[in-house]
Amino acid sequence: MSGHTDMTLVNDEGIRIDGRRCDEKRPIKIEAGVLKNADGSCYLEIGKNKVLCAVYGPRECRPRHLQDPTKAIIQCKYNMETYSVSDRKRPGTDRRSVEISKLISEALSNVVQVELFPRASIDVYIEILQANAGTRCAGLTAASVALADAGIPMRDLIPAIACGKADNHVVLDLNKEEDNFGQADVPLAIVPSTDEIVLLQMDGNMTREELDHGLDMAFGAAHEVYDMQKAALKKRYSEIEKKEGATDE
Amino acid sequence: MSDYIMSQIKRDHLLNLLADGRRADSRRLDEPRKITFETGVIESADGSCHLRLGDTEVMAGIKIIPGTPYMDAPADGVITTGAELIPMAHPTFESGPPDENAIELARVVDRGIRESGMIDVKKLCIKEGEQIWMVYIDIYALNWDGNLFDAANYAAVCALKTAMVPNKQYGFGDDMPLPITCLPISVTEAKIGNDLIVDPNFDEEAISSARMTVTTDDNGNFRAMQKGGKGSITRGDLSLCLDRAVEIGKQIRTIIG
Repeated sequence: MSGHTDMTLVNDEGIRIDGRRCDEKRPIKIEAGVLKNADGSCYLEIGKNKVLCAVYGPRECRPRHLQDPTKAIIQCKYNMETYSVSDRKRPGTDRRSVEISKLISEALSNVVQVELFPRASIDVYIEILQANAGTRCAGLTAASVALADAGIPMRDLIPAIACGKADNHVVLDLNKEEDNFGQADVPLAIVPSTDEIVLLQMDGNMTREELDHGLDMAFGAAHEVYDMQKAALKKRYSEIEKKEGATDE
Repeated sequence: MSDYIMSQIKRDHLLNLLADGRRADSRRLDEPRKITFETGVIESADGSCHLRLGDTEVMAGIKIIPGTPYMDAPADGVITTGAELIPMAHPTFESGPPDENAIELARVVDRGIRESGMIDVKKLCIKEGEQIWMVYIDIYALNWDGNLFDAANYAAVCALKTAMVPNKQYGFGDDMPLPITCLPISVTEAKIGNDLIVDPNFDEEAISSARMTVTTDDNGNFRAMQKGGKGSITRGDLSLCLDRAVEIGKQIRTIIG
């Protein structure tokens, strides 16, 4: 978010460097149930981001002092793999990943029916295989699909997408260049059935009008991502149904 | 940090008051607590501020040290923000390395300062590609009565505003003030039921479902935001937070500016 570069991020026709219009998100691919050992899992691509999420649980909460006698706790670990960015990332947790893990856990607590599993832990592991701006949104979007895939009772899914500002244009779903050299980044996650905001951050510089315009776009796009999440889960379950049908015969 | 359990009778009392639009300390819903502060209290630091926001008390200290620049910004100074929730400040705080709460606090304060361009890092170059000034902002909670986010932001801003770059100590000439361009001011609100209250104290934070911090600059533009807590907020809540952040930010700027 340096806000200045010689690079043209949005040209005179309102087209961005990856060919998108300002209100266009990147192509998204979501696949549920991709890992064998995990109770639920999801692979998600948005543009050049590649994210894998696994859910284990509800299971015994470790360390035990974190147990809550009234409900399950959600423990999320967001981790970037060393080769996911242009320089090699130092392995292990850093302050950024601690913050993102905390925010994603809190966002998921809004939809998971944690009160059904006292003392348990629901562990959500998000691995960023390739990063190209918007990984926390990609990770959270994948995590809610993986939780549903694990059969954990939920009020709704959580789609997430960012809006922001680049070259004085309000844009949807920032790419790497717009994130690095743009003027603002606003990741947003919502509960689509109620339009509640469960994750919201911002850095950069935006006026009230720009922010409202960006959020309008992001809310609309989040509902589109929601449809893709549901489609991925339906596909997963129709495959299971087919398989089970075959063994019955 | 272990969890704090509030008695039901106290919780009900606070909720009953809120239903009437009142708060236990008789503030309005959009009224921050009184701010008092003193700068330059630590002689060994290059800038410092001891700030009270009601009964929440923090100390911010600045250390400015020559260092090597990052490869991708060879002429830019570097800003680093840390926060520690030490056991002195509250019975539920534990010693040890910063936990996720301390890290989130430091990163939200850092974001406001960094993204507002409060410090002109271009002016912190000693020799391009070789030596720049590194500005360390370290914040310690001394007494926690809620809303460490705003207390830490205000203390850091006051400490930076009064900090001197120690040129003399390193043989670079006379000391100079830090190149300050604006004052980023955060306003934090807690959501309790359907109400949003500004500058929640400890009890109010304990019964809140979500937290929203909005940081504005001198022009009333938005520079940083962070939603926290396990609950949610609506688009209408956000709109109110944005309005209040501008309005209350202005009041606070007159106090600490």
